[in-house]
This record gives sequence, C-alpha cells and structure tokens, in this order.
Amino acid sequence: MNRSSNHAPQWGEFLRRNSTYVILLAIVLGFAVLAPEFLTVNNLLTVALQSTLVALAAIGMTLAIITGGIDLSVGSVAALSGALAAGLATRGGLGTYPGLLIGLMAGAGIGLLNAAMIVWGRIPPFVATLASMAIARGLTLVYTQGRPIAGLDRAFTFWGSESLLGVPMPVWVLLVVAVLVHLLLSQTALGLHIYAIGGGEETTRLAGVNVGVVKFCVYVISGATAALSGLILTARLWSAQPNIGVGLELDAIAAAVLGGSSLAGGVGGIPGTLAGAFIIGVLSNGLNLLEVPSYNQQVIKGLVFILAVMLDYFIKQRRAVRSGRVPSTG
Amino acid sequence: MTETIPRLRLEHVSKAFPGVQAVNDVSLEVYGGEILALVGENGAGKSTLMNLINGVVPLDSGKIYLDGQPVTIDSPRRALELGITMIHQELALIPQLTVGQNIFLGREPRRWRFWIDWKRLYAQAQAELDRLGIEVPVQARVADLSIAQRQLVEIAKALSYHARLIALDEPTSALTERETETLFRLVRALRDQGVALIYISHRLEEVFELADRIAVMRDGQLVAVGPVQAFTPAEVVRLMVGRELTEFFPKVPTQRGEPVLRAVNLRAGREVQGVSLELYRGEIVGLAGLVGAGRTNLARLLFGADRPEAGEIWMDGQRVEIRSPRDAIRLGIGLVPEDRKSQGLFLGQSVRFNAGAGLLERLSRLGFIDFRRINQVVKTIIERLRVRTPSLNQRVRNLSGGNQQKVVISRWLTLNPKVLILDEPTRGVDVGAKAEIHALMSELAAQGMAILMISSELPEILGVSDRILVMREGRLVAEFSREEATQDLIMQAATGQLERRVAA
Repeated sequence: MNRSSNHAPQWGEFLRRNSTYVILLAIVLGFAVLAPEFLTVNNLLTVALQSTLVALAAIGMTLAIITGGIDLSVGSVAALSGALAAGLATRGGLGTYPGLLIGLMAGAGIGLLNAAMIVWGRIPPFVATLASMAIARGLTLVYTQGRPIAGLDRAFTFWGSESLLGVPMPVWVLLVVAVLVHLLLSQTALGLHIYAIGGGEETTRLAGVNVGVVKFCVYVISGATAALSGLILTARLWSAQPNIGVGLELDAIAAAVLGGSSLAGGVGGIPGTLAGAFIIGVLSNGLNLLEVPSYNQQVIKGLVFILAVMLDYFIKQRRAVRSGRVPSTG
Repeated sequence: MTETIPRLRLEHVSKAFPGVQAVNDVSLEVYGGEILALVGENGAGKSTLMNLINGVVPLDSGKIYLDGQPVTIDSPRRALELGITMIHQELALIPQLTVGQNIFLGREPRRWRFWIDWKRLYAQAQAELDRLGIEVPVQARVADLSIAQRQLVEIAKALSYHARLIALDEPTSALTERETETLFRLVRALRDQGVALIYISHRLEEVFELADRIAVMRDGQLVAVGPVQAFTPAEVVRLMVGRELTEFFPKVPTQRGEPVLRAVNLRAGREVQGVSLELYRGEIVGLAGLVGAGRTNLARLLFGADRPEAGEIWMDGQRVEIRSPRDAIRLGIGLVPEDRKSQGLFLGQSVRFNAGAGLLERLSRLGFIDFRRINQVVKTIIERLRVRTPSLNQRVRNLSGGNQQKVVISRWLTLNPKVLILDEPTRGVDVGAKAEIHALMSELAAQGMAILMISSELPEILGVSDRILVMREGRLVAEFSREEATQDLIMQAATGQLERRVAA
C-alpha cells in the first residue's frame, strides 16, 4: 500500500498532520520579518489576549462541528451572558460572583435550548442555532434596552484586565478550559462518542450509546464556552455592550476549520482549533502593526482563510491519491 | 446440527408496513452450529425478518424464542445483550475511529467511570482479533483499511459481544475471491464453535458452498426450508422468483460491427499503466480482474471522470479529448458507476427526476425545460426496462437495488449512447432483476451499442461477454474470446500466473 511513499515518506505525513501549525508558523515568521515589533513578549501576550475570545467560543464550536453539527448562537450567547452578568452584578445588586455565575449559566441554558431543539425537536443544528442566535441577541437587547451597562467593580474587571505571573487572566481561563476540553475529547468515553456521532450517528446509536445525552453535553459546553468569551470581553471593556460578539460565530467556525475540523463531522481537535484561533489573532495583530487599514484587513483575512483551507485540502488529497485510496476500488 | 433446542425459533412472525405485508406468518428455526442460508429476491422480506430478530423494528405478531425461552427484542441494544448480532451489507463501522475504538464503541473499558483505559481497550481489541486470526493493526483508522479488512473487523466486533447468533447480510458483495475464502473459513470456524449463523446472499454458488440448510422467502412468506442437499440451484431460483428462469445469463448472439472507441496507451498513476483497447458496435466486452486491478480507474478515464496522464482516445476514427464527463456524454459514452447510491443516483429524488436528469438540456426550449416531453421519454423507457415502481414520483431511495440500477441505466438510454460502460452492474441486485439487466445488455448490444462491463463475478463475465479482457495491476494482461474463456484461465490471468498477448 505504501510502496511509493519511499520518497518523501515522513514529510507528507508530517505536513498532513500538522498543516495548521505549519501555516501558523509561516504567518508568525512572515510578520516577524516584516514588523520588528511583532516578536516581542509584550506583543505576543497581546496576540494571546486578542485570540482568547475567538478561541474560547471556538472550543465549544469544535465539539459541535465534530458531531457533524454547528452552533451559530455563540456570538449572541456571549452578548447575553455579558449583559446579564454585568446587569445583575451592578443594578441587580447581586454582586459580582453571583452575576458571573448566572451569566455562565445563561450561556449553558441557551445550549440546553439548542440541544432540546436538536435532539427532541429533530431540528437541524444549523436551523436550531440560527433561531437561538436571534433569540439570545433579542433577549440581550431587551434586557439592556440597547444601552451599555457600566459600573463594574474591580472583582469583575479583574478577569479581563489583570495578570497573574505576567500572563493576562483571560489567557489563564483559556488555558484551563482548553486543557479540560482537550482531556474530555481525547481521554473520556464522552469524547470518543462525540467523534463517533460525527462519523456515523446511527452506528453509534446501534452500539448502545445514548446519542441524545452526548449532544446535550456538546451544546451545553458550547453555550458555556461562548458565555465565558462574553464574560471576559465584558470584563475587558469594563462594561457590557449589547452588540458584542456579532460575527463571533464566523470567526469561531473559521478557527475550527483552520484547525483541521471537518464540517462533515468526525474530525477535529482542541490543539488545532487553538492554532486556528491564533492564526486569526496573529493576522489581525500583524496587519495592524503593518498599518493595513481595517477595511482591507477583512479582505486579506478572507484570502488567507481560503488559501489555508486549499493548502490543507491539497496536502490531504495528494496523500490520498498516492496511497491509491482516492477514486475507488475496482 | 448438534443441538436439539434451536438457538432461535420464530413462531408465526408477521410484520406489515404501510402498503406491504413485509413478513407474513414466518416460522423458522436456526440451530447452534449450523449455517442457515436465507435467500430471496430483494423485497422478499429477508431484511425485515433480520430487523425483527435484531430489534430494529417491532413485531406485529408472533413469538421469538431464544434457546427455548420466549424473548422480547425491542432494541438493537437488547439484541446485543442476548448475543444476537447482525453484520450489514453497508458496514457499520465509523471510518474516523480506530479499529479498537470501533470494536468497543459504547462499552469502552473505563477507569474512574469517565476515563477510557486506552491500554486495556487496545489489548482487548488485539485479543479479539488474535482469537480469529485477523491481521489488522488495532490502532489503524478504519478509513485506511480495505473493504475486506473492514469486513473482518466488523466480524470481530460482532463476536466480541459473545454473539451466539450472527446474521450476515451480503457479506461478500465487495470482496475478492481470496478475501471471500478467508471470510468463509472464519464463518465455518464459528459454526464449528457452536455459533448459529444466518447467511444472506444473492450468490447461489456461495450458498451452496457454505450453507447447511437453505430457507427461501418470497413475498414475505417462507416458501421452502431444507438441507442444502435437497435443492439444486435451479430449484432455488424457481422458488425465489416463483417462475422458471430459462437461463441465468440469457445470451443473444450478436454481430460485431464497426469499431467505435479506441484507447491507446492510457496512463494514470499506478492504477492504469498503459492500457490500449478497442470496443466494437454490437459487442459486450467483459472486463475481469481482482479488486484494485484498475478496472474502475480505467472506466473513469474513458468517461472523463478522471484525467489520464498520457494516452489517446479515438471515437469513430477521430481523435478526441475527453476532459470531463460532460465531454464523454456529448461523444456518446455513458458510465453506470460501481457505487450507484453515491455516484449513480439522486436517492432523495423521484424516479422521473433520476431518469430524466440527462435530458434537461436536450429537451429544453429557450432555456425552459420541456417537462412534458421529458415525461414522455422517461415513461417509455421506464416501461421498457420494466422498472417496478408504484409511480414515476416514487423516491428512488425506496426502490430495490435491481430497480435502482435499472433507473440508472434508463437515464443513459434516454441519451442513446454509442458506448455504455457498466461497473459491477448487478452487485447487490437480486436474481430476477439480474437476469433482466443481462437480457437488456444483450438487447442493447444487438441494437449496435458497444458495451464494456466490469464484473468481479466470473460466472457473469463468462455468461454475458462476447470478449473478455483481464486487468492486473494496471495492465491488460489477457484477452479471451467467449469460446475459449474459462474461470480458471481468467483467474490465472488475474492473479498473474498467465499472460497472453492482447490485441489492439
């Protein structure tokens, strides 16, 4: 089967497995050459901080995508959680931590709603989460009356603005969540079943797995990570803004796909998704340093996204042809 | 038959779906240590019967006994717990997961409740494979395995549930002869260990080689059961279809006409390494070879589905460039692909849509589709091919395999091609429909079409072809006339023990 892979044997395989990291590295090196201030500790921490919001939402998104689903509600959930937490902590008089907790639970609650629609209502994830995207955004606007909520105390803003051991708190949160979800995916039965559902839902069901429970877990986690993203952004902005997170779902999907997740399901992982989120973060940061106008940045980001996905496809396709698996048998 | 209490006993089992009595009052026993072949045309009720045993659909009436005890099998999970497993025609493995993960999906060895004990999982999976003498790496992803290896993994998975009754549904439809032998050895070993096996197949040679007893179903009813010695293949066919089939492969002798298509030195990767061939009007050419010999790849090159690296194609004496299926269709070449479900059909669409899809451009005026004329053409062809469908609006998904294949062929016939390439045209098709497809091929050839048929079934190759080509490792290695070809010669050529100069 691998007769012809003698030439360039490990290379192709290495590239295939690590294409996301290779692309990330290439972009980092490119900016390091073009913009001398890019490769400084301070700037890299800024990049990490900027990437955190997308990365957190993308972690939950990755789970949904691996099951063959999607979660379009993450941006609206981020806004709703941030607004609820800020509102309850200040004018609601509950205090910071109960506020944060309820904000987080609101995100998980929208996830629960998504799962209920998908599992019990048999509504396709795209449609179900499109609906909850509108609902969560609407609830945010109703609750805030479309106005920012300010007056957060130090305990709240600590999670966005302070550092521990020189690393910003949001990056710590991201690290903890990423490690936990990565362990969940790679080491637990629940994780294996998430992949299994994406590879073949009926097969998984026939193997005795409770597919509904798995999906509930996935969408609740996705809601919760989106909520974390919203809470951290609120803490960073020192106020809840009803319009945060617009388009966050697109960045999160982009991060997951750049990270090697297949929208067809069954494939993906947290390390790849983090690299994907960092590609997006590095691009924004680097283009800013190069003083590219922000309108032009959108175009460049779109092009890089397409290039990265094409490159990935090209690498995989070549390998498949070489090992003779691609069109078919006979 | 070593035991007296049957492993499984069905008593007056019935199941109806809207409009069909799928299983009608069937009583049947299967004993430990025997292989019971279950045969019947598609739609005879075999699958439904298996689904009843397997807890996929509930019974309407009747009783099921396992080892003499009445049981209720209300879910596949319950069936597994009772030691009943089913190996489906379409494999139930998850390609993205590894062999070990697939075997233990849903019952992974755990530590501290949630964590998978990977070491134990792979060690146990290895033990399962070793027990059956299956040599497949446990950590390999299933997507990287061959179809035959997947089949073996599927069996290992079934057995790891300590199955006492295994039903195999068309397990050899994608296997080569050698892989089939391996599978047979395993099936016989299981029988000798006392497992009860139900073997469903359309290939009667297999049934007669393997089975201890045969049960024949027709129209939801059990029409005959008995030891294999009590039947002849012809009788079984008669029982299945309820009428006499005069010949398995009705061959109308045809007059070979002008050459239509000529390929010179086609090359594409390792799969096609310099193939030259010529097809003539009125001729059926059989293309034999082992799975992986490059036959499908060759067909795809001729049809423009893949692009050759080198070589020429000539049609009617003109050098042509085939850059896409669109070019091929314009030149009058059609391909009935191997995988009809994913490449040949729009499963969710109607018979009318599927059969008429090729006509959209030809039968439109000013860009508007002339549905009335398409309808007429489709209707004529569907009737001519005797596609059994309640109406033209029926979704193709709901037709039997044979009728689905006829729909694919009808789409090509609406375009009246000069060359029709059929890749495994009767795989998974029941005997009745198979004979009809063969008769149709003969008829088309008689009308002057050139037909290239790829088949892994040697009796089919021998029965239908006027001329036989054999491929091995990307090359045409032998050519036989209808008269001189035998199973032995073809197998020798396909496995590399024989080379014969190939003309053209």
